[in-house]
Amino acid sequence: MSDILAVRDLEKTFGSLVAARDITVSIPAEQTVGVIGANGAGKTTFINMITGHLTPTKGSILFEDKDITGKPSREITRLGISRSFQVAQIFPTLTVRENMVIAAAIARRSGGMLGAVTTPVHSGAAIAEAEATIELFQIARYADTPASTLPQGVRKLLDIGMAVVGWPRLLLLDEPTSGISIEEKFDLMQVVMSALKTRKITVLFVEHDMEIVGRFADRVLAFYDGTVIADGTPHETLDNPRVQELITGVRLKPTGFADA
Amino acid sequence: MFLIAAAAGPALPDWVVSLTTIAFSNALVVLGLVVLWRAGLVSFGQALYYCIGAYIVALIGRWAGFTDAFALVLLGGVGAGLVAALVGALLARYREIFFAMLSLALSMILYGVLVKTESLGSTDGFSVTTPTFLGFALHGDKLILALYWLTLGIGAVAALAVGTYFRSIAGALAAPIRDNEIRVEFLGVSVTGIIHIKVVIAGVLGGLGGALGALTIGHVDPNMAYWTTSGGFVFVTILAGAGSVAAAFVGSLLFEVIRTIAVDVMPGLWQMVLGSVLLLTILFLPDGLGSLVARLKKRGEARS
Repeated sequence: MSDILAVRDLEKTFGSLVAARDITVSIPAEQTVGVIGANGAGKTTFINMITGHLTPTKGSILFEDKDITGKPSREITRLGISRSFQVAQIFPTLTVRENMVIAAAIARRSGGMLGAVTTPVHSGAAIAEAEATIELFQIARYADTPASTLPQGVRKLLDIGMAVVGWPRLLLLDEPTSGISIEEKFDLMQVVMSALKTRKITVLFVEHDMEIVGRFADRVLAFYDGTVIADGTPHETLDNPRVQELITGVRLKPTGFADA
Repeated sequence: MFLIAAAAGPALPDWVVSLTTIAFSNALVVLGLVVLWRAGLVSFGQALYYCIGAYIVALIGRWAGFTDAFALVLLGGVGAGLVAALVGALLARYREIFFAMLSLALSMILYGVLVKTESLGSTDGFSVTTPTFLGFALHGDKLILALYWLTLGIGAVAALAVGTYFRSIAGALAAPIRDNEIRVEFLGVSVTGIIHIKVVIAGVLGGLGGALGALTIGHVDPNMAYWTTSGGFVFVTILAGAGSVAAAFVGSLLFEVIRTIAVDVMPGLWQMVLGSVLLLTILFLPDGLGSLVARLKKRGEARS
């Protein structure tokens, strides 16, 4: 089977609220998949279940033919699935380089907890890996800047870079352009997507801007009311009448301005 | 630093040697607090491990008649480390004030038990059998000097080990854990696991410090687990700062010197002097003594 990710009959309920239901999707390796849908349609719930942040109520998730349903997030990370966050999750008191080095060192370590105690964080390999990723995401001129003072776009790039530094095979981006001005969005996505192509990473990204989805996705999943209502090329999905009626027809506002 | 101090030992007056021995055995406990502090955790109950280390030494001497100083100190460290591993499973799930209060509560439980235990002298405690060194029974000046060297040796090894730990992934994760635990988990590391390790390291260091303290003072009592003892260690940690390993030792030494002088000069008001020192440290050196070095270095760079 060439699918890197196979999700079957996934469901998540919180009490009587159904956040996700009947999600069955297969994603082949190296595909770039856009995920669209209104707020509360189940996009983030879907991503949180794949990364182990939430345990599905029903259904199964196979990653490279291995069942990862309900595994803790750190175990899933070690298997090769990484994620970025809607609000950039970085270490504000460290510089960009320190952020990246620690992410690289953790990704490269072996031997679990004991390995963490016995492996020096500043190994040559981890530093080289961190520098390469900083270059790849074009944030080298901020390398020595404390992360708390970074411009919004650079924070996002650092957040995604830290997810990529460990060479994941599957990356989930939760609204990579949220909190970014319209003028900067395309440049940011250009940098991110070409970096991910270079590393041959399969990508699933949640996005509200249909222009960006149309431009960068090979395939688009449309979520509505907790389930997938359309799945196809960007053209097919965005031209789908139900999608137009329920999702794109409405003027959508990006959510979660990080520093508001 | 440790080698110079060791070589200077025989030339120093007895009171300086004793003071340094006490200061450096306390510094081990402080070093443990620094390990926790870096991850944003404060323990108000570090006296728990200090007291356990001390009582292990005293009890083995009393019941088994075993008196080899080096082995006793190691046993004190291991014993306290085992207790830390046990209670750490619980402690590692708490943060901030909850971590501080829970560790305080655990130390006060031990205090309560020791106070109620008549066979161990209740609040009076009991005396520690004079230790031997590789079979040699030493007395007077020689005993003081031997304990001094033992403390320096263990201090040096602990300083090296903790320095190495700070440069490891687990050690370097202290600031990230303080900053953003979610991200640490998503990088593939168990935050609880890392904090558990820190609690154990701090416990071992506390036990070593307590064991050395018991041998040096020659007496153990339940006050070693009392919250004021823990408070004293936190005090020194604030004075020293979490910036470097050396600061824990320098800070402890400074604390003992200030206390000795203050008690000598104004016996009724020495606590006030210490309080003022703490206040001034917080106001003018919020990152502790260790930050002075970094500050001077920066000023030097700016000038050149």
